[in-house]
Amino acid sequence: MNSVTSTQDTAAHESDHGHDSHHAHHGPAKGIKRWLYTTNHKDIGTLYLWFAFIMFLTGGAMAMVIRAELFQPGLQIVEPHFFNQMTTVHGLIMVFGAVMPAFTGLANWMIPMMIGAPDMALPRMNNLSFWILPFAFLILLASLFVEGGGPAFGWTFYAPLSTTYSGDSTALFVFSVHIMGISSIMGAINVIVTIWNMRAPGMTWLKMPLFVWTWLITAFLLIAVMPVLAGAVTMVLTDKFFGTSFFDAAGGGDPVMFQHIFWFFGHPEVYIMILPAFGIISTIVPTFSRKKLFGYTSMVYATVSIAGLSFVVWAHHMFTTGMPVYAELFFMYCTMLISVPTGVKVFNWVATMWRGAISYEVPMLFSLAFIVLFTFGGFSGLMLAITPVDFQYHDTYFVVAHFHYVLVTGAIFSLIAAAYYWLPKWTGVMYDVGLAKLHFLVFTYFR
Amino acid sequence: MSQTEHTEYYVPAQSPWPILGAIALFLIAVGAGTLVAQLGKTGEAGWGKWVLIVGIIAVLFMMIGWFRDQVIESRTGLHSQQLGVSYRQGMSWFIFSEVMFFAAFFGALFYARMISVPWLGGAGNNEMTNVVLWPNFQAMWPLTTTPDGTTTQAMGPMGLPLINTIILVVSSVTVHFAHVGLEQNKRKQLSNMLLLTIVLGCIFLFLQVEEYIHAYRDLGLKLDSGVYGNTFFLLTGFHGMHVTLGTLFLIVMYFRVLKGHFTPDNHFAFQAASWYWHFVDVVWLCLFVFVYVL
Ligand code: HEM
Ligand SMILES: [Cu+2]
Repeated sequence: MNSVTSTQDTAAHESDHGHDSHHAHHGPAKGIKRWLYTTNHKDIGTLYLWFAFIMFLTGGAMAMVIRAELFQPGLQIVEPHFFNQMTTVHGLIMVFGAVMPAFTGLANWMIPMMIGAPDMALPRMNNLSFWILPFAFLILLASLFVEGGGPAFGWTFYAPLSTTYSGDSTALFVFSVHIMGISSIMGAINVIVTIWNMRAPGMTWLKMPLFVWTWLITAFLLIAVMPVLAGAVTMVLTDKFFGTSFFDAAGGGDPVMFQHIFWFFGHPEVYIMILPAFGIISTIVPTFSRKKLFGYTSMVYATVSIAGLSFVVWAHHMFTTGMPVYAELFFMYCTMLISVPTGVKVFNWVATMWRGAISYEVPMLFSLAFIVLFTFGGFSGLMLAITPVDFQYHDTYFVVAHFHYVLVTGAIFSLIAAAYYWLPKWTGVMYDVGLAKLHFLVFTYFR
Repeated sequence: MSQTEHTEYYVPAQSPWPILGAIALFLIAVGAGTLVAQLGKTGEAGWGKWVLIVGIIAVLFMMIGWFRDQVIESRTGLHSQQLGVSYRQGMSWFIFSEVMFFAAFFGALFYARMISVPWLGGAGNNEMTNVVLWPNFQAMWPLTTTPDGTTTQAMGPMGLPLINTIILVVSSVTVHFAHVGLEQNKRKQLSNMLLLTIVLGCIFLFLQVEEYIHAYRDLGLKLDSGVYGNTFFLLTGFHGMHVTLGTLFLIVMYFRVLKGHFTPDNHFAFQAASWYWHFVDVVWLCLFVFVYVL
């Protein structure tokens, strides 16, 4: 593996050749082409963050439609079919268009700086990973306007809703998920390789900031499960259009099989959306407590074990859909087990603040809200994990509340905290603290 | 990983290829999506086909341009050892993602065999499923009669599949010898063994097509003949697509070898191609065992 240095390479190192090209990306950048052609991790990070923000607003507008309709019982504003399209696309956009790209944007900005690397390991591929996304979501949004409407089967696109009872736009949905997946996988490969291979001398594994650690694990999860999602959508496509029966009992398949495949992706996916958030909180809390993070190593181990466990808990999303009793029990205990490392994290954050000189700056406020509200979300998850209880709660607004606690007050709050924490460093401009605190109050109040 | 090398990690200048790649993928997704929907509705390919074709051409154009830049950089010595490690790690993770893609389909195969088909036949506590829903159905694998009565014949492991297995295993060995030749600077061995690998790859693909014709014509085994046909064609089909890509990859390597590219210690592209080939081979071995033999 390591025998790659050729005489040519060494020669280049001795001339100033390599040096020049290293600085090439600081060269003149012109207008739009700078953003289209860029190989600079900061530029690409910025693109990701803006894109995520725009998608957040788009998905938010759909949430407004949903809420307006639910303002009173009964039908008032929109047709049921359109309502279902809104919930579906809201979910897809928030997950794949807002939360994931926002974390990737932060990774692009921060990881090379945190580990002392000149850039991401594969800068051109980095650019490609980003630019796929706007096109993927263009397809998804455009599919709302084709004949028969866009995807209306929920963000989890369960068969047979997505196979037997869906519109023609399903094909567009499938291919847009495919290219989103390609983008995520390439982005994740870049993150792993950067962390693995580009750390500055002296930056040993257990010296890496937790944000880097959590992203390393996240990237691994992404590479492991995005291809499985690709497999799931492919089977939906062939079931719908080419007469296969993976999810149809008439041909020997099973709709429940869809759920197994989907949630094998889906549960690690929720950790993909929360692990980087843990990393952010673990960066901010020590800063504003003026103390070192309590239990760094245990944090690392907790992250790794959460990721490991996340592969064996998927069926807690399907307790009610038919499994042998021993399987129900297995998945129940594994799911409950996962709250142990999660608890370790919450404990460590609290212990970090314990007797610290806490100052309530804006990022810290959001982080505190994160810790409190995420813990609620975690507890509600634990309640859902108990199989007999879940039989009552499944498919109710209790589940919706659970994942909005962990996703909005978890993932999104951590993103806002990160923005307030790092933006001044990136731009050199401080935000208006008063306005920011107002922002915090408004957000937490509405939770 | 010394300090000096680290500061000289090659960060390429701005490049037009990635955005072209993104546009090409966009065209492919739109084209394929529309094509599939149109085929499904009218049975005829409409404009989606053209978008798809343009997209594929654009992707090829992008790859040629991108890899050309890459080759030039490598040959002018811009690539440090550390960058070589990045490429190798990147390729390994890419192959891992491919493994997971196949895992999804193997998962479907195992689920159908071990769970859904037996359950439909009344195994476990599913007696009533069988009695009420599919009273005449008997669980079996290969599933030659589906619950709704579609019938087909199974594809046995002897004959073409066995020959193909031998071909792929041999080709894995030949590509290894090509690699050894490269490392020991025996260029003749390198180019001959590589050419042999490519030929074996092409024979494999040809026989695979023959096998499909045999399945459709003689056995009545089709993509839509129940979950046995589904898993058979999707697994072997995706594998075949990967063999095609791998062969193209090796062909490009062959021409680069003829032009005198690659040195015993600087040959990432060749190594990537050979890794990919080994991966395709391993997938086939799993396929052979689980799809054909068992
Ligand atoms: C202590 C940790 C957690 C436990 C024990 C847990 C448990 C559960 C269970 C049992 C369900 C299924 C409920 C049902 O459908 O009846 C569920 C749903 C869900 N959880 Fe969690 N969860 C945890 C953390 C998280 C985190 C951190 C996230 C994301 C950041 C998350 C996101 C979701 C989502 C999106 C759903 C619903 C998916 C859907 O059906 O649309 N959970 N959780
Ligand atoms: Cu889950």
